[in-house]
Amino acid sequence: MRLKIILTLSVVCGLILAWNLHTMFMKVPDEANQGAIFRIFYFHFPAAITSFAGFYLGMFAGVGYLITKNLKLDSIAASINEVSLAFATIALVTGSIWGRVIWGIWWTWDARITSYFVCWLLYVGYLMMRRAIDDPTTRARLCAVLSIFAAIDIVIVWKSIEWWRTQHPGPVLEIRGGGGMAAGMEAPLWWNFLAMLLLFTVLILIRMRQESMRREIDSLRRYAHAF
Amino acid sequence: MDQNFTFMVYGFTAAWLIVILYVISLALRESRLRQELDRVKRMLEEREK
Repeated sequence: MRLKIILTLSVVCGLILAWNLHTMFMKVPDEANQGAIFRIFYFHFPAAITSFAGFYLGMFAGVGYLITKNLKLDSIAASINEVSLAFATIALVTGSIWGRVIWGIWWTWDARITSYFVCWLLYVGYLMMRRAIDDPTTRARLCAVLSIFAAIDIVIVWKSIEWWRTQHPGPVLEIRGGGGMAAGMEAPLWWNFLAMLLLFTVLILIRMRQESMRREIDSLRRYAHAF
Repeated sequence: MDQNFTFMVYGFTAAWLIVILYVISLALRESRLRQELDRVKRMLEEREK
């Protein structure tokens, strides 16, 4: 059943992405000031928002573990946080490439970029900690606490462009209080966001299947040691 | 403008490369887990005989 869902979502995601690429390159004109490079925003923004949402979902799963002590919730948190980290990497790398053209630099230690980088490091630490701790309950408890701590940073990342005057552009979209985009340019952004969410879901489902295999291996090993 | 387009291609390539590398790492991990699961199951079957 899960395999069917994964395959269906993958096909829908692939079709939307193919259509989006066609729209981005064939229908959407270059932006007046930035030129062709503005199209990076079609990946940068959805990847960043998806990673934020994922990190929060991961935190909720971690909190769920702390309340219920159900290790399945810890596996869900681990899956979501790992996939979210991949999306955060996409956002940071594409942002850096955009900055190289628009600002003339690959990187600057401004509030938004630095706080997002700190967030990225916290989740790299989260994954490293998972590998370093063998006991499942200790690992789950410490990782849940770390994800709560890391989630505080996401608020800082989100609000940094309002709290501080930074090199990073302020809000662009109208829903965030920005100047907005032309309708023809904004529509592909939301379609790409949908595609990214589908890709995110597919990767999490695959990752969760691996976590359930890992739990099965652990329980079989415990059973073997009981002999 | 040429440089602008080139860097856009770099951006798209980087985004897809990260996704592809992650998917490859997931596939490798899944095959390792399957092997490990088979090994543990075989080990248990041999013990029960």
